[in-house]
Amino acid sequence: MTEARTTDSGGVGARVARVEDRRFLTGRGRYTDDINRPGQLYACILRSPHAHARIKGIDKSAAEAAPGVVAVFTGADMAADGIGSLPCGWLIHFKDGSPMKEPPHPPLAVDKVRHVGDQVAVVVAETYRQAKDAAELLDVDYEELPAVVATAAAAGAAVAVHDEAPDNICYDWEWGDRAKTEEAFAKAAHVTRLDLVNNRMIPNAMEPRAAIGEYDPGADEYTLTTTSQNPQLIRLLLCGFTMGLPEHKVRVVAPDVGGGFGSKIYHYAEEVIVVYAAKKLARPVKWTAERSESFQADAHGRDHVTHVELAMDEQAHFLGLRVSTTANLGAYLSTFSTCIPTILYATLLSGQYKTPAIHAEVKAVFTNTAPVDAYRGAGRPEACYLIERVVDVAAREMNIDRAEIRRRNFITPDMMPYATPVGLEYDSGDFPRNLDDALKLIDYEGFEARRQEAAKRGKLRGIGFASYIEACGIAPSNVAGALGARAGLYDSAEVRFHPTGSVSVMVGVHSHGQGHETTFAQIVSERLGVPMDKVEIVHGDSNRTPFGMGTYGSRSLAVGGMAIVKAMDKVIAKSKKIAAHLLEASVEDIEYTDGTFTVAGTDKTIGIAEIAGAAYVPHNYPLDELEPGLDEQAFYDPKNFTFPNGTQICEVEIDTDTGVTKIVRFVAVDDFGRVINPMIVEGQVHGGLVQGIGQALLENCVYDPQSGQLLTGSFMDYTMPRADDVPFFEVKTNEVLCKTNELGVKGCGEAGTIGGAACVMNAVCDALGVPHIDMPATPERVWRAIQSNQTPAAAE
Amino acid sequence: MSETLSLTVNGKPVTVPVEPNTLLVEVLRQQLRLTGTHVGCDTSQCGACVVHLDGRSVKSCTMLAVQAQGRSVTTIEGLARPDGELHPMQAAFREHHGLQCGFCTPGMVMSAVDLFRVNPDADEDEIRAWLDGNICRCTGYHNIVKAVRTGLEAMKAGGARHAAE
Repeated sequence: MTEARTTDSGGVGARVARVEDRRFLTGRGRYTDDINRPGQLYACILRSPHAHARIKGIDKSAAEAAPGVVAVFTGADMAADGIGSLPCGWLIHFKDGSPMKEPPHPPLAVDKVRHVGDQVAVVVAETYRQAKDAAELLDVDYEELPAVVATAAAAGAAVAVHDEAPDNICYDWEWGDRAKTEEAFAKAAHVTRLDLVNNRMIPNAMEPRAAIGEYDPGADEYTLTTTSQNPQLIRLLLCGFTMGLPEHKVRVVAPDVGGGFGSKIYHYAEEVIVVYAAKKLARPVKWTAERSESFQADAHGRDHVTHVELAMDEQAHFLGLRVSTTANLGAYLSTFSTCIPTILYATLLSGQYKTPAIHAEVKAVFTNTAPVDAYRGAGRPEACYLIERVVDVAAREMNIDRAEIRRRNFITPDMMPYATPVGLEYDSGDFPRNLDDALKLIDYEGFEARRQEAAKRGKLRGIGFASYIEACGIAPSNVAGALGARAGLYDSAEVRFHPTGSVSVMVGVHSHGQGHETTFAQIVSERLGVPMDKVEIVHGDSNRTPFGMGTYGSRSLAVGGMAIVKAMDKVIAKSKKIAAHLLEASVEDIEYTDGTFTVAGTDKTIGIAEIAGAAYVPHNYPLDELEPGLDEQAFYDPKNFTFPNGTQICEVEIDTDTGVTKIVRFVAVDDFGRVINPMIVEGQVHGGLVQGIGQALLENCVYDPQSGQLLTGSFMDYTMPRADDVPFFEVKTNEVLCKTNELGVKGCGEAGTIGGAACVMNAVCDALGVPHIDMPATPERVWRAIQSNQTPAAAE
Repeated sequence: MSETLSLTVNGKPVTVPVEPNTLLVEVLRQQLRLTGTHVGCDTSQCGACVVHLDGRSVKSCTMLAVQAQGRSVTTIEGLARPDGELHPMQAAFREHHGLQCGFCTPGMVMSAVDLFRVNPDADEDEIRAWLDGNICRCTGYHNIVKAVRTGLEAMKAGGARHAAE
């Protein structure tokens, strides 16, 4: 496909090259580890080598005496200073209404370590090498304990990860209508059943996490510079829970951040440790993760074991869906861990289908593994994977074409708004059109010929679909609160016109690859009629930006972008009054278009830059009615989630001798609502799809089931997708405008990952002619499936 | 037991004290404050640290600084022209949206520029194979591969000019 050239500026819909690129391309980005402070010390964190052990004692003396060492702190030191537990941001309840088990999560372990990589102590020294050498001298007396590792075996295991949850169950929760679902199954003509594992992922943003703590004793002020997707949220948690500081004394900065994918949402122990150490030592303290620490101590993703059943009538109309999932939360509750396999999972089980009855049970368990939390998609890829897999198996069992079974059960545009049986109301979307467009793009009709041609070359060719829907921009805050959220889910923006006509926009969301400095500037430039090079987007500094919730869940445009629109509305409303004064007309007669105010029916006009000048130099100005200045702030709390949706189709070829799967075609047709910058949107789709492909074919976090040792602890063992593992993508967007926000936008950050894994696995299973194999479809697994299934699809 | 390391970095002579076990990337990032060269792993896999040593791409996290004694290093900061005009490969990455978070970008660009020396006519499969030592988590590689193809073309077209400089 030919791609249009990029431009250097433009409004909504323009393919504008990114404002932020120049600094990254010339090595002038400013990531946390690039920053150094005068007098800075370095922290090395000693991590547990055991999955589960009692700490009987820590002898610090040799480490304290080592060259360059300034201090050594343990969990006991922090506890003595009253440092609090890392909090969990979402309260989930058991079926009987009792609250989830919420054991403490000290930043440095106190009595026990609970996963390999758990923080035991911190050594602070003049150089990182000195700190690291001294950490080796720390003598920790461990009493090793048996470990609970496997997801499916954790509930009721003989060993408890926490005394607070003797059966290792954090919560046993349900969603949907059990009775109605049982009725549906009772009258079913056919029930398709499937057991599947959603494999554990390690997010691996390319920039390892880092944090710098600073304390100014004169002003009694703290600064934390950290690799975060949401610096304001980190400040809230640091002040309200862990460090217990007043917010006006704490600044949290997230400068350029090298990717997040969810893993940089959370309040991590290291953020507390560097701030604590900086206060104790009155010197800046920096910590930067080595990649092996990222593998051990970043929050992981997914890790579900699920049984799913789909009830159908004779014509394969879906009657009911029943899901039972065990979700591994790891050793401690990470910031948003508890809502991922519940609120962001079970509410999506309707998918794009009009299944009338759905019931889900989710048991969340503690294990001696790293904490598990949101990873790109967060609950929604897990939901999509099970739906799209069980639909494929159902089509196979009912002998119906897989496109047809989807079409037959789709929610159609005339049914919008559509209330699902799992609590969401879809506002818009044209699911059949996305499927039809994707089928055309891939030439579905010609597939059998391609399959036969591949068979002649000794290859098994398969085709797979994923028709996904996701819910983005969790909202409104009061509904989220009723569901257990302990924070608001609005966002904020301040639009500050400067006296000579340039504009700074301070936002509560954060950009770590998404290109907000460009996309937001396009919206502002168009609506305020100010050239893009006079618009600055400011994010990532709690001292410069209003309080916002940050970036995750594809919320930045649908929530943060709308906050900008609301602030601009206020700017324009005030400007109209100023224009009315300057043009000697009544406000009702002032019309506004593209940065120009006009008295209706006349040629009397004034530009917004002149208005800004008048607002800051208010000599001819209605001072008795209006304040000077042109600087407005807005908080926006959405009315509903947004629902990006689409269909992805891919074709794979499997080498029967080696079991290697190659993706040969991949098309994605997505409805993201209004597209602001197609270039950026396509990039988000490509990247998301590759994370889906990675889960399906390559990536797998493996712990030894007995010892709890992390077997995939480096890029040598954990297979990251590389350039030669993945294909080019053919992507198309169908814009069905979102009805619940004025921009009409739905969000695009996670879409690729939500459908990607399901799409690839459906193609792999089709190629192999088997109902199911678990992810990742490594050459070994695929080869074994070929060996145990001597009637592969290509031979049928 | 520090040693004296003299080398050329981005065209300028530099002399710094180093320990025998100091890595080249540590000299670049910490002593010379050239923080465009990144460290993304500890196993020589990710390629965020790629620089040029006497015109060839190397992983600066996997080289002792003393091995660069008397040699010439170019980092991402030394790629654009002094007047600020981007190198054709940098420009191609911008044109094709070949970067998102920007963390792998310096290594990607430095690797891609070295591909011109080895195989200026590399097709898309050859580009993918060449970039096997550079991991990107954001872009899905689609736009990187397109950018590299365009960048190689532009370097070819500009070859006479660059050779003359």
